[in-house]
Amino acid sequence: MKFGSFALTAAAVAAAMSFSVAPTAAQAQAAEQFVPLLVYRTGQFAPLGIPWADGKQDYLKLINARDGGVNGVKLVFEECETAYDAAKGVECYERLKGKGTGASGFDPQSTGITFAVTDKAFNDKVAIQTMGYGLSQSVDGTVFEWNFPLLGTYWTAADVMIQDILKKEKGNLKGKKIALVYHDSPYGKEPIPLLQKRAAKDGFELVMFPVTPPGVEQKSTWLQIRQQRPDYVLFWSAGVMTPAGIREAQASGFPREKMYAIWWAGSDHDVKDIGAGAKGYNAITIHNSAARDKVHDDLKKFVYDKGQGTASDASQVGVMAHTRGMMISMLQVEAIRAAQEKFGKGKTLTPEQVKWGFENLDLTPERLKALGFGEIMRPVKTSCSNHMGTDWARIVQWDGGKWNITSDWYQADQALIDPLVKEMSAKYAKDKNIKPRSC
Amino acid sequence: MLYRENGQFKQSYHADLQIFPVLQDRVAIQLLLVLAFVAVPFVASDYAFRAILIPFLILSLAAMGLNILVGYCGQISLGTGAFMAIGAYAAYNLQVRIDGMPLLVALIGGGLCATVFGVLFGIPSLRIRGLYLAVATLAAQFFTDWFTNRVPWVTNNSSSGSVSVRELSLFGMAVETPAQKYLLCLSIVVVFGLLCKNLVRGAIGRQWMAIRDMDVAAAVIGIRPVYAKLSAFAVSSFVVGVAGALWGFVHLGSWEPAAFSIDRSFQLLFMVIIGGLGSISGAFFGAAFIVLLPLLLNYVPHWLGLPLSTATASHLEHMIFGALIVFFLIVEPHGLARLWLTAREKLRLWPFPH
Repeated sequence: MKFGSFALTAAAVAAAMSFSVAPTAAQAQAAEQFVPLLVYRTGQFAPLGIPWADGKQDYLKLINARDGGVNGVKLVFEECETAYDAAKGVECYERLKGKGTGASGFDPQSTGITFAVTDKAFNDKVAIQTMGYGLSQSVDGTVFEWNFPLLGTYWTAADVMIQDILKKEKGNLKGKKIALVYHDSPYGKEPIPLLQKRAAKDGFELVMFPVTPPGVEQKSTWLQIRQQRPDYVLFWSAGVMTPAGIREAQASGFPREKMYAIWWAGSDHDVKDIGAGAKGYNAITIHNSAARDKVHDDLKKFVYDKGQGTASDASQVGVMAHTRGMMISMLQVEAIRAAQEKFGKGKTLTPEQVKWGFENLDLTPERLKALGFGEIMRPVKTSCSNHMGTDWARIVQWDGGKWNITSDWYQADQALIDPLVKEMSAKYAKDKNIKPRSC
Repeated sequence: MLYRENGQFKQSYHADLQIFPVLQDRVAIQLLLVLAFVAVPFVASDYAFRAILIPFLILSLAAMGLNILVGYCGQISLGTGAFMAIGAYAAYNLQVRIDGMPLLVALIGGGLCATVFGVLFGIPSLRIRGLYLAVATLAAQFFTDWFTNRVPWVTNNSSSGSVSVRELSLFGMAVETPAQKYLLCLSIVVVFGLLCKNLVRGAIGRQWMAIRDMDVAAAVIGIRPVYAKLSAFAVSSFVVGVAGALWGFVHLGSWEPAAFSIDRSFQLLFMVIIGGLGSISGAFFGAAFIVLLPLLLNYVPHWLGLPLSTATASHLEHMIFGALIVFFLIVEPHGLARLWLTAREKLRLWPFPH
């Protein structure tokens, strides 16, 4: 009797064990990698934030649907709404950083949140990926070990804009007047140091017009522009400020051909409603994010045709902000892939290992072609000391119905930017008591 | 049962003047403090510290400061974000410009600068009241937005206009981990809570309340409105300034002027109204409500397994939040603190209601 009950218990325990073991074995087979997605689908920048967020998520879905993850490691993701607010962003960061397998790098999607999480990321050992925004001096990987301003910063963008203007003016800007109309926040102020250097070098006069956020009211700014008659306007705007500014330029008769917008102010939704009124409006693109390539077709085939797309309809695919979202996720996925090459294929990686991947990205032309980004991007290679990779950019122009590429490939003038990066990052290191590592 | 006060007789003036005259309250508060100081640092996760507890404590402190002005002295202010910003930027400048500046002195210094600023913008309160004063304090908000954005000196000539603090240390000890930061905030909040509670119980607090209830009558019985109003502005902006410095230094680490925008002012005003005008505990209730509710609204659908998109969840959050605010204002205009008071009154008689 006693033995009988013992045997029964043992059997029950064994059965329970086998039940509990089975799922863990299954979990071990399907390794997962967690990707946090900080987004703003609400708030004053939502028009830009929605396609951007959709693009980020769509690419991860594509990798899961088409390739079954990265070398068999499935990507799991979770969105967190920041509404472009730093305090909310910090909460999202804290919520997601330790989730699942640990965050494989954050794209905070806001300069303010980037500032707020930079110090925390240093302690938590999580990579911060800021494609085309963030702290321009964080290119210097010796000081900013965990920040990755991939593909370009506001300094490189400003430099390329001036280069394009130089070309239009036959290489001479002496005596010219260039205005910077900017969102009065750290985001808008980022290009100023570089532009001041450039003004000293090329001999043009830089006039600055801050616009109080959110920038719906710009009447007085454009009246001043009308009085001062600058030859060109660099437009550092975001969200609702962009269409408002273009309409004011139209109303005050400033030629849109002489406006150069930063990439976040050069999305389809910024100009679509104005249509012909925005004809001639120039914007810079990170690499060539206006292009369409194989990745868009794949996305349609593997995700949207199956009704799994994130955006409300497939027409959003190929919109510039959406493509940029995909580029961000692609870089993230490639960082995971690169790290898997080192730390073991098909394995779940720690945030620290993914950061190694970010630091050792090597996207060759062949690789980009295979990924379906051959038309969109040029080769990128990062290193321990250079966290930006390569800063290619092109200028596009709105013809009233669509964007056309009007320039060749540009790269920023390293002779001008490198010393500035060094100077500013050294200042940061001194302020923060960071000892730069040697690379 | 829980609140039966049988046999608790006060035999001295001292006993009668205690902050918590009822034994059960004293025990509860002591337990709470022990819990907060000893147990929580061991139990709470990093997430709880950084995303819930630290913002809750700092916002409670700010709400406490605002409550002194709005709840106790009746001077409506929409410039709380500005006073926080002044506190944060002043503390930052003290730290950057003076080598070896101790953290506590920088924080207090930030509060003192906010005091000067607050008194300056409190001067109109001598002539105007109510809604008009609210609009005048809005000027403080707009001025600070402009000032912190456009005067490079304020941000130590930072090219982007955002500032970032150095590592924090207290008496030679580094304040690095979330638990240490939490303890720092908690200590400051406890000290300020005690000071504020005693201020509002004392002569000056009575003057404020007299001004709030009817300033002409107060003047007739010998209270000087100038002194009472300006001292309320001074104390309030000092507390709010210290809270602002903590928000920048401890919670964000680095910030841009948008961190102290007018949204922050509104948020704090909601806290005070929902928590309870004219009560110190109301500040804590209000802050808890405003900090926790959005998180809860975010988490609950998640736990229930409802596949809500991020945008829908966020819109829903705003709607429910708005509805709850309206509901609370109708059901209990004196806020959560009053609800708590009512609950306590009932507990005194429980289980035998009248």
